Amino acid sequence: MTPEFLIGNVTLFILAIFLGFELITKVPATLHTPLMSGANAISGISIIGALIGSNVAFDGGSTALSGLLAFVAVVLAMINVVGGFAVTNRMLNMIAGKKRGGA
Amino acid sequence: MEDWISVGYLISAALFIFGLKKLGHPKTAPFGNQLGAMGMLVAVITTVAQMQLTGDGVVDWTLIAGGIVLGSLIGYWMAVKVEMTGMPELVALFNGFGGAASALVALSEIQKYIAEPSGIPTGLEITVTMVAAGLSALVGWMTLTGSLLAMYKLKGGVEVFGKWIRTPTWGPTWLNPVKVLLFLGVIALIIASIDDPTNEQYLWGIIGISCILGIILVLPIGGADMPVVVSLLNSLSGIAAAFTGFIIGNSVLIIAGSLVGASGLILTFIMCKAMNRRLIDVLFKSFGGDGEKQSLTRTKVGSDADEVAMMLDGAQKVIIVPGYGMAVSQCQHAVKEFANLMEEKFDTEIKYAIHPVAGRMPGHMNVLLAEANVPYEQLIEMDEINSEFPECDVALVIGANDTTNPAARSGEGPLAGMPIIDADKARTVVIIKRSLSVGYAGVDNDLFYMDKTMMLFGDGKAMMGDLNTAVKEI
Repeated sequence: MTPEFLIGNVTLFILAIFLGFELITKVPATLHTPLMSGANAISGISIIGALIGSNVAFDGGSTALSGLLAFVAVVLAMINVVGGFAVTNRMLNMIAGKKRGGA
Repeated sequence: MEDWISVGYLISAALFIFGLKKLGHPKTAPFGNQLGAMGMLVAVITTVAQMQLTGDGVVDWTLIAGGIVLGSLIGYWMAVKVEMTGMPELVALFNGFGGAASALVALSEIQKYIAEPSGIPTGLEITVTMVAAGLSALVGWMTLTGSLLAMYKLKGGVEVFGKWIRTPTWGPTWLNPVKVLLFLGVIALIIASIDDPTNEQYLWGIIGISCILGIILVLPIGGADMPVVVSLLNSLSGIAAAFTGFIIGNSVLIIAGSLVGASGLILTFIMCKAMNRRLIDVLFKSFGGDGEKQSLTRTKVGSDADEVAMMLDGAQKVIIVPGYGMAVSQCQHAVKEFANLMEEKFDTEIKYAIHPVAGRMPGHMNVLLAEANVPYEQLIEMDEINSEFPECDVALVIGANDTTNPAARSGEGPLAGMPIIDADKARTVVIIKRSLSVGYAGVDNDLFYMDKTMMLFGDGKAMMGDLNTAVKEI
């Protein structure tokens, strides 16, 4: 890892934080829960790290424990991702869907 | 070709940004959610393609494919099965899983070093890895235990061997310095682990203390403030994902993680503002604990459905104030039926007053009432509807307590300063509630004892049923 690579990543980190602060401004109370739930599903992005960690030989060798931990991470992250987006969708259909029909 | 694959991460990051932006507006929210899901799909495909096409390719598909399929099935099943009332708990649970996933990736990386010490990097890389892995573990495990406890607090308790045990709320003031000490302890262990990456005692120390931190952070906070806590934990799980991104040097993890971390924090502040609470007070001042509950010294004679129905005869305007009680008894359909009856029989104007934190999560009431086909235009937010109460004939409060408590206006006590629904300004107030008992804040509610208040003691669904029958018979 070169210092340039690290500084590049730190730059991404800081810029994304600023962007995140600006992204959410005025949110009606009705949307607080769906927004939280949707953002929560996005935080399941650790699925990427879990997948990369799972890419090891699972043959009882020295990497088996590491692979097993990553596998559990894949399952948990996937529950977070799929469940999170699905439940947000369900909530929004109930809130926003009715609005379109009623207006 | 392989070098271009990471463009997929750029697309995915852009989709997350647009998705989050659109989630904040009522009209575009469903599309925003779909954009987010699409971004995730692109990220997963990119990763799998990259693993297959670079280096030795995918070594073993079992873990990868098995994990994706298993996790998707469980997640989808849980999301579809959950009752509308259980939605907030599920969000808390998912959030805990997300935090745990980040922490597990970090742990898996460290286990790799322990298994093959020859592969341990040196210099800058090991410093960055150990700091990122330590922070990811701290935030991730804290999010897991904190979210699980928050989930049980939202449920109100847990059933063990058929006995209902209430989730405790406990937090003496001396616990605050303990939290700081434990936090510093973890930081010290992380710094120590840079020079000794394979030391398992450091590893378990970090994990153990982080788990304890999550619990004692949430333990003192009352159930009414749980939405704020879950939102904060959501922000933390994003940060955990970003730290994990530093370990494996992956840009999309860093971007998406810090986006969620920052926007989640902003959302937390917005929610605090809606409840007129300061985040620092929510986190470090115990609120609504069992010990502070006022004991009841007053009584009120209950009314019956026929009496209330007679009073409702010819009412021109009725405002319904739903609360958690409506969610628990699942009486939203009976409420809608009541509204229909009143509209048909007396041509009554019906509106619903929605407190920002009614129920156990913002938007909780909207979701339930939407399920019962209540038109969206009838759901009015607190600030708008409060001016209408003086001209309304009847305020029908269904299972709401703290959100209507006039004590909040007094500027004293646990509820001080919380904005409330002005139900007490209606000409007559009807309250459906199981008893006179205090709400989450532990404060007796003057509204119950006013002369113009009629109490219908009982389960929301049963009482609404009786009321509907009585109204029909007029």
